[in-house]
Amino acid sequence: MKDQAMTTLETSVTDQNNKFSANNVDVYYGETHAIKDVSVNIENNTVTAFIGPSGCGKSTFLRCLNRMNDTIDICRVTGDIRLDGEDIYNAKVDPVQLRAKVGMVFQKPNPFPKSIYDNIAYGPRIHGLFKTKADLDGIVENSLRRAAIWDEVKDRLDAPGTGLSGGQQQRICIARAIATAPDVLLMDEPCSALDPIATAQVEELIDELRENFSVVIVTHSMQQAARVSQKTAFFHMGNLVEFGDTTKIFTNPEDPRTESYITGRIG
Amino acid sequence: MSTFTLFCLIVVLAVIGFFAGRHKVNSQSKPLHSLPRYYGTYVALFAFIPALLVLLVWLLASPIFLGKTIASQITADMIPEGGSAELVLSDVSRIAQGLRAGADNGLILTENINDTVNLAVLADVLASSGVFLGGELNPDVLQLALSYTDAAAFSHFLMICVVLGLAMAGFVFAYGRVNPEFWARNRVEQTYLGVLILAAGLAILTTAGIVLSMLFETINFFQLHEMRDFFFGLNWAPNFHGDSELSILPLLWGTLYISLVALLVAVPVGLFAAIYLSEYASKTVRSVAKPLLEVLAGIPTIVYGLFALITFGPFLKDWFGDGGFLGVNWMGDARSVATAGIVMGIMLIPFVSSLSDDIINAVPQALRDGSYGLGATQSETVKQVVLPAALPGIVGAILLAASRAIGETMIVVLGAGAIARFTGNPLEALTTITTRIVSQLTGDGDFNSPETLVAFALGLTLFVITLALNIVALYIVRKYREQYE
Repeated sequence: MKDQAMTTLETSVTDQNNKFSANNVDVYYGETHAIKDVSVNIENNTVTAFIGPSGCGKSTFLRCLNRMNDTIDICRVTGDIRLDGEDIYNAKVDPVQLRAKVGMVFQKPNPFPKSIYDNIAYGPRIHGLFKTKADLDGIVENSLRRAAIWDEVKDRLDAPGTGLSGGQQQRICIARAIATAPDVLLMDEPCSALDPIATAQVEELIDELRENFSVVIVTHSMQQAARVSQKTAFFHMGNLVEFGDTTKIFTNPEDPRTESYITGRIG
Repeated sequence: MSTFTLFCLIVVLAVIGFFAGRHKVNSQSKPLHSLPRYYGTYVALFAFIPALLVLLVWLLASPIFLGKTIASQITADMIPEGGSAELVLSDVSRIAQGLRAGADNGLILTENINDTVNLAVLADVLASSGVFLGGELNPDVLQLALSYTDAAAFSHFLMICVVLGLAMAGFVFAYGRVNPEFWARNRVEQTYLGVLILAAGLAILTTAGIVLSMLFETINFFQLHEMRDFFFGLNWAPNFHGDSELSILPLLWGTLYISLVALLVAVPVGLFAAIYLSEYASKTVRSVAKPLLEVLAGIPTIVYGLFALITFGPFLKDWFGDGGFLGVNWMGDARSVATAGIVMGIMLIPFVSSLSDDIINAVPQALRDGSYGLGATQSETVKQVVLPAALPGIVGAILLAASRAIGETMIVVLGAGAIARFTGNPLEALTTITTRIVSQLTGDGDFNSPETLVAFALGLTLFVITLALNIVALYIVRKYREQYE
């Protein structure tokens, strides 16, 4: 009796703790069925890693969470994805507003051909997040500090963002995403174009970001998933094979396919 | 033997060379360095290329050489009053042509022409082969023409001997070298390289030749006319008394003003069309609209000129002219800066849109994704990310369009008018450098007068201006290309 009560309580707590809840999501690219009936919950203040072999649909699913797939003509999404209980594919939801709440960092660092300052100020300017120039300065400095790059660029905020090294550029992109004050940060293989040192810096940063955001990260590196995430989802050929605590997935996977992938037999 | 037969002969020789070379190595049992056809090609190329080159050079050089020789024999008493040595020379070559044609038709025997021949009858014969003489046939000139014919015949004979001899020599030389250890493949490769270099060199040489011919006539002009008046004078007033004012400045003003109007039309329309096509249009719309827009680029400029002259100019006059719909009398003539400029702008729209479209498409998708990912709308993304990234390339495209506008001729000839002056009113007629070049060269004025030669100075100046614009534009475009590679 007492056990049951505890379980019910836990479930409701978990429900409240969910940032995103996706149920029965299918994605089609024209004729191709890219995502097949995927259901995932993404919790607050948690790093969730999506792993799986190339072409398994993990990036596609990530792009459903901020409706980036809308920019692809032939892409069709069905199912139910809720952010804080609100259906994001509802006709009343403006994808532009949604993307301000769900920031995204891409595989290749893509700073705009503007100054570092203007790169960070881009989102706040578009969404009118400040009243005075001093506010904006504050947002820029704060974002750069949280992306752990302030000390490296504070003296050259007017220099073009494209002139930095790859790792610095990626941290600029993270700072740019933070500057719009999102709730969730989606990262699509953020370290695949970076060297090991820059990767370590970004990973450390991801761990710190967890205090304020939920982070969803797509990665090819199993070590990275194990290092930075608390939850891991394993995708294979458009299916969500297994989803659970990272430690459990990596030490005691339930599905044989997960085990094969983690031990390097498929991929 | 005609030149064509000679050409066929060396082709035949080359074909024989191919089979002979291939057969020679095939008949030996040793292993070959290259494929048999390379040995054949090697012999064929040696028989063909040197002979062909000599043939071409000979055909180009011999008339010049013969002309020089004859010109040195023209004496003062052969030159009629008011004529010149050049005119006599052209008579000589025309008569020689007529004599040859007459001989080919069997009307005259060149050997029978001597001092006793009836000149009037001969003139009739020449007329029947299409050579009409202005005055009476001068016996001295006829003698020169005869010696010209002889020299030309001799030169032709010599050419046949040299070319055939060279083809044979090449054949024998190459055939002798061919053996199974010979690196025929590498040699053939080198020859191809040589041919390609020659083609590229020819294109560059031609450009240099064009510039030089302009330059010489321009120097002639500046010997007859003051340079200061041309570059810094304020009036364009050619006349026949020899005291013309020939200044480029009013013409340059007209050219730049009309080009500016054209760009004011072409740049916004073309750029917006490019943005729509590359950022907003669906695949189907794009696949239909882009070729349709580029049809505009295929319309000959003379057709645009006619459009300006008979449709658009009168249309403007209906609005702004005397008794027009607006009730203002601002426009006297259908031909004006606005007429030519706007029509030229329409012509340039596909040029600007097509180039800008390519450049906008070259902006990496990652930048757009980055902007959308931050919650920017499509137009915010275009304005703040795509266009700034594409800006240098777009500036280059605009400069290229400007250099086309400055060099454009037919539209301004028909649409702009002929008055050289400094005016800021777009509804008045103005004239441009190109229209003045056309009108100075198409009159029946003396070629060696400054009024005619000024066309070359104008042309060269125009060339320098557009060349500079193109260089700047290409530099900018190239610099931009490097950014994303």
